[in-house]
Amino acid sequence: MAQLTLGKALNAGLRQAMRDDDRVVLLGEDIGTLGGVFRITDGLLEEFGAQRVIDTPLAESGIIGTSVGLAFRGYRPVVEIQFDGFIYPAFDQIVSQVAKLHYRTQGSVKMPITIRVPWAGGIGAAEHHSESPEAYFVHTAGLRVVAVSDPQDAYRCLRQAIASDDPVLFFEPKRLYHHKGEVDLASPLADAPPLGLAKVVRRGADATVIAYGAMVRTALDAAEAAEDEGISLEVIDLRSLSPVDYETVNASVRRTGRVVVAHEASREAGVGAEIIAGITEFCFEYLESAPLRVTGHDIPYPPAKLEKFHLPDLDRILDAVDRVLDRPSSISGVKGAQL
Amino acid sequence: MSPITDAERDLELTERMIAPDGVRIPNPQLDGYVRGIDFPTLRDLHRDMVVLRRIDAEGVALQRQGQLGLWAPCNGQEAAQIGTARALDPQDFVFPSYRETGLMYVRGAQPGDYVRMWRGEEGAAYDPAALRIAPLQIIIGAQTLHAVGYALGIRHEGADEVAVTYFGDGATSQGDVNEAMVFASSFRAPVVFVCQNNHWAISEPVGLQSPFPLAGRAPGFGIPSLRVDGNDVLACLAAMRWALEHARSGKGPAYLEAVTYRMGPHTTADDPKRYRDDAELEKWRRLDPIARLEAHLRAAGELPQDHLDAVQAQADETARDMRAACLGMVTRPALTVFDRVYAEPHSGLERERAEYAAYLSTFEEA
Ligand SMILES: Cc1ncc(C[n+]2csc(CCOP(=O)(O)OP(=O)(O)O)c2C)c(N)n1
Repeated sequence: MAQLTLGKALNAGLRQAMRDDDRVVLLGEDIGTLGGVFRITDGLLEEFGAQRVIDTPLAESGIIGTSVGLAFRGYRPVVEIQFDGFIYPAFDQIVSQVAKLHYRTQGSVKMPITIRVPWAGGIGAAEHHSESPEAYFVHTAGLRVVAVSDPQDAYRCLRQAIASDDPVLFFEPKRLYHHKGEVDLASPLADAPPLGLAKVVRRGADATVIAYGAMVRTALDAAEAAEDEGISLEVIDLRSLSPVDYETVNASVRRTGRVVVAHEASREAGVGAEIIAGITEFCFEYLESAPLRVTGHDIPYPPAKLEKFHLPDLDRILDAVDRVLDRPSSISGVKGAQL
Repeated sequence: MSPITDAERDLELTERMIAPDGVRIPNPQLDGYVRGIDFPTLRDLHRDMVVLRRIDAEGVALQRQGQLGLWAPCNGQEAAQIGTARALDPQDFVFPSYRETGLMYVRGAQPGDYVRMWRGEEGAAYDPAALRIAPLQIIIGAQTLHAVGYALGIRHEGADEVAVTYFGDGATSQGDVNEAMVFASSFRAPVVFVCQNNHWAISEPVGLQSPFPLAGRAPGFGIPSLRVDGNDVLACLAAMRWALEHARSGKGPAYLEAVTYRMGPHTTADDPKRYRDDAELEKWRRLDPIARLEAHLRAAGELPQDHLDAVQAQADETARDMRAACLGMVTRPALTVFDRVYAEPHSGLERERAEYAAYLSTFEEA
């Protein structure tokens, strides 16, 4: 066991994946000599050389499009998009090419491309550096979408994503890059939970809080605070946004009967809406109250000084918990969800 | 604002080996690339073009008869397609657009391969590994990047192969095509860009994409280019041999602009009468690639009737097979719409498939 930050765990995951399979090649801007702007690819150029750690020209569609060609030739490209907000120029290649080629060719062309995205807000960044574009990709058939929240998971999920014959959008919460945790670097990948599973990260009885990415930490903090008030929250780290592991989700909801989904991305047609629709479909008769979403607002990501008003925090999650529990709000004293 | 379209001048600036009247003209730059080309080989190229034109006509007919949803004709572009495709080595891999029927023919497509996608039976018309052609690409220019990525792989392995990509004049305005040239040049990728400048991008004349010869752009990326008469099959073959040799020998990408003309509509859904005049069409009719090679062969006494008869028979037979394959296609069962979305199981999609299967079974029981 090693104590590693999430960033270092990702670095270890990349290194191991490259050692395991020489068809794994990395592409991205500044990933070579610099080791990436977040240093996630630090040291890989030295170990694997410029043929496998490719500093690309500054063109996102070009990075994904050439990865498609490499995949045609049997490689397993791992792409770093420098920041979430810069994935849009590559959108066509991702949704029209990467996502569809396997289907179009009835499986004869595989696209085992992993697209790593330093993702989401809370770090006081400049414009276009804090976006949460995951719903676009969840909405696209042919892609898998993963969001990690702790170092151990990051290490294993990244290797699983690279080993997968499907394309994976791999979202890395920037806010947690320096978050530390125990990482077992030695245990075989086969022993790790599969990529598509959700994880109950805290047991509880009164309500289920479903989160992913950095919001898992916030949800855990909220659960801690709720306990002081005698409320027992179950927290689920979704891990996989496509597919969603409804077995784990449903089992929890059937026990607690109450649900809050929390994410940073804005609300309309977001992942939270999807999950609540699923829960309503599968667990309607178990629900004690209407499930609620706690999300970023339906606004462009605000300037850094204002992001704290946009991002769900512990209080907003607790407020929603009060409402699904039909308690007076511990925050404002206002009862119930009214529209 | 009207764009500059000077097709006359376009052709003056192209490399040519056989004049429109069939006379062989010396081309110091390209002659070396066709030394082995004798009359039987020229007759083979003639056969290819005639058969291709017949396949294309059959595609149009099948669409008109309601058998295909759409067809993208290549009538007029036979020399550009056959000439360049015949220069390829078997191991080279091609990333085409949707109009490269001639390439499929040269690569040994089966009769059904020409129509499967246009009929709407499958996303890709053929097995890419079998023909060594990526699926036909509808997103303008996207495939050029795929070719460059593939070429990076070739270079990584030191393999004796070239990736080739085909696209139209309209595509040259796309970001992807320009990004492809940046990547190809920076990494010295063994890739050949083939731009078929057929003068129109649906209704937009080439002058709207560029008032400047398209081949002139490549050198700005550090990519050597040639502008060739796309209705001269010999020149297309020679120029492609030059481009492939350049790429194969480790010198990096090469770029070819084949200046040709789309005689018919853009697709069967298009009405070119709305945007181009008969005089232009007439001018290009006189530059027909098949007639040109025939004139050349005839003048040399190398176009015997038995060749013409055999070619006609092969063309008819190919069209017949294509029609039979098209009419004989059996649409796959409903639940196969869920197949191969993913390479590995996806619980969400499996649930959806099960739901739809249950729904369908209510009909079967009823
Ligand atoms: C990205 C994109 N934009 C628009 C279209 C619609 N479209 C299909 S073909 C075409 C014109 C393409 O012209 P060109 O590249 O010259 O090729 P040609 O069809 O003449 O061979 C357009 C606009 C498309 N398929 N893809």
